[in-house]
Amino acid sequence: MLEVKDLYYSYSTGFEALKGINLTVNDGEFLAIMGQNGAGKTTLVKHFNGLLKPTQGQVLVDGVSTCDISVAKLARDVGFVFQNPDHQLFSETVEDEIAFGLKNFGFEESVIQKQVEWALNLLDVVQYRKTSPFMLSGGERKRVALASILAWDPKVVILDEPTIGQDHRQKEKLQHFILQLNAQKKTVVVVTHDVEFVAECNPRVILMRGGQILLDGMAEQILNNADLLAQASIVPPQITKIFLELEDLGLPTDVIDVHEATEILVKRLNKQS
Amino acid sequence: MSVIETNNLTYSYPNAKNPSIKNVSITINKGDFVILTGPSGCGKTTLCRCFNGLVPHFYNGTLEGKITVAGLDVYKNQIHELARHVGLVFQNPENQLFALSVEKDVAFGLENFAMPRKEMRKRVDWALKKAGICELTERPPHELSGGQQQRVAIASVLAMQPDIIILDEPTSFLDPLGAEKIFEVISNLNKELGITIVLVEHRLDLAAKYANHVVVMNNGEVALSGAPREIFTSEKARLIGIGIPKATKLYQHLKNHGIDLKTIPVTPQEAAKLLREALTNA
Amino acid sequence: MSVFEGFKFRKVSSLVHDLDPRVKFFFVLVLFVMALLFTNIFALTVLFLVPLPFVFVAKVNRQWLRSLRGALLLAIFIFATNFIFGFLYPTSFSQITPPVDTGYEYLVLLERSISMTLRFVVLIASFSVFFLTTSPDHLGLALQQSRVPYEFCFAFTTAVRFVPVLADEAQTIMDAQKARGLELEKGNLLKRVRNYIPILIPLIVNAIRRSLELAEAMESRAWGANKNRTNLYALKLRGSDYLLVVISVLMLVVAVYIWLNVSIPSLSAILYPAGV
Repeated sequence: MLEVKDLYYSYSTGFEALKGINLTVNDGEFLAIMGQNGAGKTTLVKHFNGLLKPTQGQVLVDGVSTCDISVAKLARDVGFVFQNPDHQLFSETVEDEIAFGLKNFGFEESVIQKQVEWALNLLDVVQYRKTSPFMLSGGERKRVALASILAWDPKVVILDEPTIGQDHRQKEKLQHFILQLNAQKKTVVVVTHDVEFVAECNPRVILMRGGQILLDGMAEQILNNADLLAQASIVPPQITKIFLELEDLGLPTDVIDVHEATEILVKRLNKQS
Repeated sequence: MSVIETNNLTYSYPNAKNPSIKNVSITINKGDFVILTGPSGCGKTTLCRCFNGLVPHFYNGTLEGKITVAGLDVYKNQIHELARHVGLVFQNPENQLFALSVEKDVAFGLENFAMPRKEMRKRVDWALKKAGICELTERPPHELSGGQQQRVAIASVLAMQPDIIILDEPTSFLDPLGAEKIFEVISNLNKELGITIVLVEHRLDLAAKYANHVVVMNNGEVALSGAPREIFTSEKARLIGIGIPKATKLYQHLKNHGIDLKTIPVTPQEAAKLLREALTNA
Repeated sequence: MSVFEGFKFRKVSSLVHDLDPRVKFFFVLVLFVMALLFTNIFALTVLFLVPLPFVFVAKVNRQWLRSLRGALLLAIFIFATNFIFGFLYPTSFSQITPPVDTGYEYLVLLERSISMTLRFVVLIASFSVFFLTTSPDHLGLALQQSRVPYEFCFAFTTAVRFVPVLADEAQTIMDAQKARGLELEKGNLLKRVRNYIPILIPLIVNAIRRSLELAEAMESRAWGANKNRTNLYALKLRGSDYLLVVISVLMLVVAVYIWLNVSIPSLSAILYPAGV
């Protein structure tokens, strides 16, 4: 469980990135943190694994303040997948890359081997186990980076802008994968500005602007609030936009999914005719 | 009148086992706004690099087939000659800006052309205005947001006054608002100045409304080519797996339930209009 | 890293910032030559004071002091080496015959060591002012107009442009690896050095990738189209520049004259006239 109490954070340049954040994330929750570039999303999640420490206020991971443990210890429970896999990949083989975190945490050799095997299969990169990660394509490198974090089975998984540069199929696969992770009782936090992606997954959504939380609720309930979304420089999902325009005809506006939209419209049109 | 024409274009990178593009034959006409899309690795990026001569002159490898850009044979013309007619904007905003101020970056291509200073000044100011970044003239690139950097890249290419501008996934690193701004800028260039645009993009939701022609590639080959509305409703497109706009998907789902909206919407606004008609007339 | 802070350019407008970089460099070079000519402590102190008016006019006091502070360690090292070496092998540096016995001889040695250190400080002081008041852009332009091949000028300005980008990237990479349990400060010296491999490799690989993308962008914007490139800006010499050139030349002439004809007494000789 992650608790954020009255968190303020200022960078060394003096810029105040977080202005009084209060947030509780329960075990097994799926949370999307949305907002424009510069709203403070990444700054906030970097507090969850101790990379940043509060200027004021507290961040508690399972009841322990992040100021009281090292980043390495926190990382054991909170896995952070960075946006660019090329900021992490350095090993000679994919296997070594995946084993890196496990080695750092002092696991036994037999456990490391088992976990590496598991992670390779989970992310469908078994065929590349002896390949150099630098030889792989962009999408494959992203999978290897993800595998290397999941390998040590952290309780919380944070993904920073996972959909950047991904094509349609890759985004679909990622969606399923994240929902799967969440189904396995992992707490998943996704930082993203991709509103369509969020609409497909329908998680709890936190909307940020200027270092503060603007809205907190389920995706369906939040993503039709066009005014507040505009303040955070987010546009409602395409389907929601359609229904917002037809609001005056008595249609609901908390629709984010194509299938739900079809059902509603078919019912309505059949009723009318 | 065609500005880009290829005939059975096939290319393999040096030491590659398989060609990246195979038998690509497309025609792009003057003033077109073309969206080039397809799954990762389908050859879109390689094809773009053929259009400005990076393939074959920078990357070497084996290129076969015919390719003419702005009337020039790509095989016979150097990249800097083709650069007078074709501009290329890349995916990563940071790695295409080299100077320490925006205006110096915009002037870079013109300096390479050895343009006299007075004329260069006018061109630079014109390009900055068209890209909507006059207020950023003296700023260093590191201080700019991704969206601003991309607009600087567009201005730098625009200053050279090419007939064609190719943009390779220019909005990958940008948030939706930044992406919208970029599309607006290039749409204006297309409408006002008649510049032919080739846009490689996955986010069809945002970009589709600007295009008059869509090319879908898969496994190095051209799978589909035609008007946006036809392409987005084709079964083949669905199977290949491109990001069909939600408005179009809704149209298709409704059609499967026996509801025909008469025309195919590509944007939420179009869909809303059609639905309003259907709902108030029923 | 504070010594680097002292050399980083800040964008401010002042008379000094607006001077032509070539002229400023000539002035600094003259100061450097003068510092090499003289070993006398009085002369070197005067030379140290020469950049001060420039520092004040350019309003770069704090940064300038920071660069001097950063050079302190090296200055102490130079002083210590001179003193110890001079103590062990006196005849190589002065007319003192071994061993260094009397109070006077110690004083000469001390003065000598301070002079050598001061020479180094004069160097740092003058070059620091130069870099603090010259934008890398102007510097690149100066290089270009001084007939340095454009490839080098371009490499220089591009490198400067990417310094903040690389710095940010290094920080991100460190964060990313720390988030995988890497503890940089742990272990013996050998382990600590090896801990930096997961930081260096991504940094280098990304730098290479970045260079490739930059090369593509350069080619696409007609790099190499003409041997003689034109430039958006040109450095033009103005009144203040010519004035500085005249001052520099005068300084040099006066210095050479003094060096040839005038024998400036040392501090030790003044304090202990009997000891000589």
